[in-house]
Amino acid sequence: MKIRTHSFILIAIIVLLAVLPLIFVSGDFGGADDAAEGLIQTLAPSYVPWFSSLFELPSETESLLFALQAAIGAGFIGYAIGVFKGRASRDKDV
Amino acid sequence: MTFKKMLSTLMLIFGFTVYLLLNDPQQAYAMHIMEGFLPLKWVLIWWAVFLPFFVLGLRSLIRITKEAPELKMMLGLAGAFTFVLSALKIPSVTGSSSHPTGTGLGAVMFGPLPMSVLGSIVLLFQAVLLAHGGLTTLGANAFSMAVAGPIVGYWAYKVMMKSTGKQKLSIFTAAALADLSTYVITSIQLALAFPAEHGGVWASFLKFGGIFAITQIPLAISEGLLTVLIWNWLQAYSSNELSILQRTMKGVRES
Repeated sequence: MKIRTHSFILIAIIVLLAVLPLIFVSGDFGGADDAAEGLIQTLAPSYVPWFSSLFELPSETESLLFALQAAIGAGFIGYAIGVFKGRASRDKDV
Repeated sequence: MTFKKMLSTLMLIFGFTVYLLLNDPQQAYAMHIMEGFLPLKWVLIWWAVFLPFFVLGLRSLIRITKEAPELKMMLGLAGAFTFVLSALKIPSVTGSSSHPTGTGLGAVMFGPLPMSVLGSIVLLFQAVLLAHGGLTTLGANAFSMAVAGPIVGYWAYKVMMKSTGKQKLSIFTAAALADLSTYVITSIQLALAFPAEHGGVWASFLKFGGIFAITQIPLAISEGLLTVLIWNWLQAYSSNELSILQRTMKGVRES
């Protein structure tokens, strides 16, 4: 099978895996950090966190940084594949 | 893959979702351990366990870049993959979100050691800039994501390659298990630090692990598929690098 069809199917399955829960499961899909704190507090009610983050950013800024993280990573992956692809097609021409 | 095969895969996913849907949606505890939420004793223990792997990882990174500088791009790619994937907070069947780890790809390409460095850089970024995870818990989080996950992934790849000989299936399994085992280790770490009053560590482990194993299973499958996707691209365009990898790393074998 052509690599493009194969990739398309894989991407479709990945998207479905993320979208189906959104449609069928009623949850708030929040991050789990706060919930984990809750479980620890029920297991060890007397436990007090002894260190806190140096700074906590507003959620808007945090989403900026998450987007930035994904963009930097994806950018590099795209660049690397571009280099490989260019090299492969150049080798073919020679 | 024929249409029939594709259809059966889709049915499988659908059935899986429905099955998990019938279980009560619960909050998941599937992120890395938060800042300050590990008692000092365990902070020190996990830092002590993690650091030797970090040093070995640094040494192996230096060796790779010296002996095969043409692999630098691949190393960057393995790091970038982890960087992207750990930024993707994907909704899961338990009604909360968690993210994949992306360490399986690098572990299969370079062996588990270099990932101890690449993975912990990602964790440091998240701990410092995003208040996600933490500096005190970095040792524990780095052990689960950057050390244990890649080791599990690497051996899963080896065993699968030997028993089935199917490379893509092996890579899928390696990436999915590297992802899943990271969160299993996290729940062990939390259970050790916070044993339940009745039932002790084991009861706590079931509480932490039972809940987020379910959250992480579909994400582990996603990660396995994503890793196969990028592997396909690499195989199509950079067979040269892959053959160098095969010679120098002994890990990867062409199918």
